[in-house]
Amino acid sequence: MNTSQTHIEIASENSYIVYFGDPDSLQISPEISATIAATCEQIKQRFSHRLIDLVASYASLLVIYDTNLCDHLWAKKALRSILNTPEKHSENSGQLVKIPVFYSTKYGPELALLAENAGLSIAQVIDIHSTTEYRVYAIGFAPGFAYLGEVDERLAAPRLSTPRLKVPAGAVAIADRQTAVYPASSPGGWNLIGLCPTPMFNPEKQPHMPVTVGDRVQFFAIDEPQYLSMGGLLHEL
Amino acid sequence: MSFKVLQPGLLSLIQDLGRFGQHDIGLTTGGPLDSDAFLWANRILHNESNACAIEVSFGGLQLLVQTDSYFCVTGAGLDISVNGVNKALWASHKVVSGDEIKLGYSSHGCRSYIGIAGGFNINPSFGSSATVMREKVGGLNGAKLAANDILPCAKTTELVRQALPESDWPLYGQQGSNEQESDAVLHLLPGYQHHLFDSTTRARFFNSQYTVTDRSDRMGMRLEGPAVPCPSEKMLSEGICLGAVQVPADGQPIVLLNDRQTIGGYPKIGAIIARDTAHLAQLRPGDTVHFEAVDLFQAHTINTLAQLKFNATPLLHLKD
Repeated sequence: MNTSQTHIEIASENSYIVYFGDPDSLQISPEISATIAATCEQIKQRFSHRLIDLVASYASLLVIYDTNLCDHLWAKKALRSILNTPEKHSENSGQLVKIPVFYSTKYGPELALLAENAGLSIAQVIDIHSTTEYRVYAIGFAPGFAYLGEVDERLAAPRLSTPRLKVPAGAVAIADRQTAVYPASSPGGWNLIGLCPTPMFNPEKQPHMPVTVGDRVQFFAIDEPQYLSMGGLLHEL
Repeated sequence: MSFKVLQPGLLSLIQDLGRFGQHDIGLTTGGPLDSDAFLWANRILHNESNACAIEVSFGGLQLLVQTDSYFCVTGAGLDISVNGVNKALWASHKVVSGDEIKLGYSSHGCRSYIGIAGGFNINPSFGSSATVMREKVGGLNGAKLAANDILPCAKTTELVRQALPESDWPLYGQQGSNEQESDAVLHLLPGYQHHLFDSTTRARFFNSQYTVTDRSDRMGMRLEGPAVPCPSEKMLSEGICLGAVQVPADGQPIVLLNDRQTIGGYPKIGAIIARDTAHLAQLRPGDTVHFEAVDLFQAHTINTLAQLKFNATPLLHLKD
């Protein structure tokens, strides 16, 4: 796979989207994610105040620029020059963030189901989920919602056919080969396996999120008293 | 010093021009659906372009003035009154403490903007006061206005009253129709996955009429017409910009608006220019549109000419 292959496409009157990897079959890979994170930094520097927003995702980067301060010709030229001079970076770039999880069949009703489907014990599922190192591939869907991948194939599970009307804040969940912590209470169709006491989105605090795209995440298991002592709340599902 | 909400109407939201630079934590932009009408309200009131105003969808808002000020309503056509006396749209009017401002229900267009001198003083969150209900961010606690809400503002006792001449008022939907052309034109920059749509589908897309449906909100507007499905299957989620035209499996286009999610995984044929999302947001179910392809130079020209016109259009000065 050629990860250095990039392709610039128009997104709108003031944005370009850059695709990374083979445009005919975009892939999820840690290597591409690391390249995207490194490219973000270069774009921030080069575009400076001309940049309005950047949306990094699995294999793409949306670059929204201020047309009062630069035109599309400048923006495209700047992007081309950045993509032609990639900066060296390692796949292990980005900070490693450790996040506690209270795995529980009571507060994570699909934990037992995932174990059963995989023919594993609940302890094995917890072990697999918490020993895998994940990357933050994208942030979106809701404020502070980070898509972490990739989940071990044995734990991959499709979304619930009927989404829950209310998933509590802090719920740790799996959908396909992605895992996430719900930053706030919201409707949701992911499989719940536990609760995390660390706020994933805090409007009052800088930074607002403990992770950013390109960071690495590892979960570690805690028990109920630890969860409560870390400020976690328990809600009946 | 404040205004008080007596009746909120169906959907009234505090808005400034929007929340920028926060997509990396998943926050969308919000902001006025019809940024053109929003900017006119602020220009007529001598305000900064980003001053907070209220976006009123379909009318019905009633405010109690508790501090002397001036106000202006732009956008959708509706009756407005102060203490029961009708007032003109697209013009500023003096109000004093105790006055009641009442907006009727819109007869054409959907979104009205009520601004006041200096704008409402709403604490920004993440750099903006724009309300995005889905995110519970901005405005007053991230919610739509409710009866008895207090909207802080400064006192203004003197201001040169201005009005936009009626000949310069925008026309919304079929109100602006004539026999030659009754559709609103949505200028679209082909982009994103446009190359995945085959040539027949693209031809159908640009040569068909689409109808505005009632399945529309601040996130997006669903259109109905000849299906233009994308043959590509599942795709990876990617960043979505304002005006992106997303085509789900049923082939019916959805134009994504201010409160769109920042990432999504449906194929997109391109994006319409922001000026046209503003106009689209004023259309009602049953109104028709068609798409016209433009390139970046044409889009740039359309925007520049509109900006020049906005700045050069003279306002009438009114006596008290």
